[in-house]
Amino acid sequence: MRKLLGAVVVLTAMTLAGCGYNDIQRNDEQVKAAWSEVVNQYQRRSDLIPNLVNTVKGFAAQEQQVLIQVTEARSRVGSIQATPELLNDPAAFRNFQQAQAGMTSALSRLLVVAENYPQLKSDANFRDLQAQLEGTENRITVARNRYIKAVQDYNVLIREFPVNLTAMMFSYQVKPSFTVEDEKAISKAPTVDFSKAAAPAKQ
Amino acid sequence: MPKRWIGPIAAGLLLAASLAHGEVPVPPLKAHVTDLTGTLSASQFRDLDSRLADFERGKGSQIAVLMLPSTEPETIEQYSIRVADAWKIGRTRVDDGVILVVAKNDRKLRVEVGRGLEGAIPDAVAKRLVSDIIAPHFRSGDFYEGIAAGTDAVMKLIEGESLPAPPSGVIINGVHRAIDFPTIFGLFAALFLTHAIFRRLFGRVIGAGISGAIVGGIVWVAAGVLVFAVVGGLIGFFIALVNGLGGRRGGWSSGGWPGGGWSGGGGFGGGGGFSGGGGGFSGGGASGSW
Repeated sequence: MRKLLGAVVVLTAMTLAGCGYNDIQRNDEQVKAAWSEVVNQYQRRSDLIPNLVNTVKGFAAQEQQVLIQVTEARSRVGSIQATPELLNDPAAFRNFQQAQAGMTSALSRLLVVAENYPQLKSDANFRDLQAQLEGTENRITVARNRYIKAVQDYNVLIREFPVNLTAMMFSYQVKPSFTVEDEKAISKAPTVDFSKAAAPAKQ
Repeated sequence: MPKRWIGPIAAGLLLAASLAHGEVPVPPLKAHVTDLTGTLSASQFRDLDSRLADFERGKGSQIAVLMLPSTEPETIEQYSIRVADAWKIGRTRVDDGVILVVAKNDRKLRVEVGRGLEGAIPDAVAKRLVSDIIAPHFRSGDFYEGIAAGTDAVMKLIEGESLPAPPSGVIINGVHRAIDFPTIFGLFAALFLTHAIFRRLFGRVIGAGISGAIVGGIVWVAAGVLVFAVVGGLIGFFIALVNGLGGRRGGWSSGGWPGGGWSGGGGFGGGGGFSGGGGGFSGGGASGSW
């Protein structure tokens, strides 16, 4: 009896391994790690904002509207809990993405406005912040690309036969990824937007 | 001298092959400095390369320089992270690599900083490095001076950071090989033993040849590079031969060995292969133009 039970356990383990259960675990963890990096870099951007807003205020206090927009975008982003569970909820994922995109555009408007203040532009503190912001935007792009790659690997794995049966059995679902238009919006910010958005800044 | 041309030729072939894909291919990593534009003279190339190789031996961190005509259609940031992912400059888990990418015709440059050095070289510092230290030289056309000043500044920044010590022995083709005291001692011991035996069995010259072959084999296993093994074998052969002639070991233990070709490190770390140690990048650093 005990022998039989042992055999069943071993057989089940082997079947599961053969059906890609372990692969699902590995890829799932990779997606989570890639996601953490995305969140981490977005957080880094959020952390830069109070400093940036204060510095800009010092030279361009009259640009109330833009400054308020950035601050609001930041609090919107901050209100979303970016846990790994978010990845299993496409609606929440979309919300997160929209909030971050809102922040990206608010930030690029702020930088466009900053262009009109030569003193601000030459301020050492502002230049450092701008470099940090650029670096962070680049890190976000890299982290997003790696997340897209990880999700792609995961999604392909759980949709292919025979792993799809295992995935169904343990209810592993396809994970959401960043969409292409969103990707474009992100990769534009903030540098490329300077020339394009110069017109509204003149008002 | 011809080695300098292998990179550009290979890159040219790769470029031709991948034009259909539109993206500029990442050139193979051959040395610390890769110049696909032919801007640096041979002596400038050697100077930069040896400086970076020396730094790697001393501190363990890897710094690579890539000069290419253009990264179009990609931005320099997109291209440079691909280079970073392909080359894996820096040590595994320490992630202490830095890559300086110069796109000459685009007039753009970027310092890509490894994950482990983001504390030593934060983005703001990297930006200052790019726009205040390197770009002014480039603006006046002094590419060598710009790269030298930039890499010097990077080395100074890394120098202040406490990182794991570089491994003893040598790094060949990115793999750590223990050419250290036990190995050298083993070589001597093997030489003594085999020489004494084989000279009696086969006579002086053949005995020395066999001893040399054994030494060469040990070097091959330890270093993993056939050229070094042959050199080691030849040295072993001559030592055995000289030892056989003189009969006394005084002749060689004070002579050619320790300062000679291989234990001094002259040929080992520098000239041979160079490859990334497995360092990771996450997009830190700064770009600029001139």
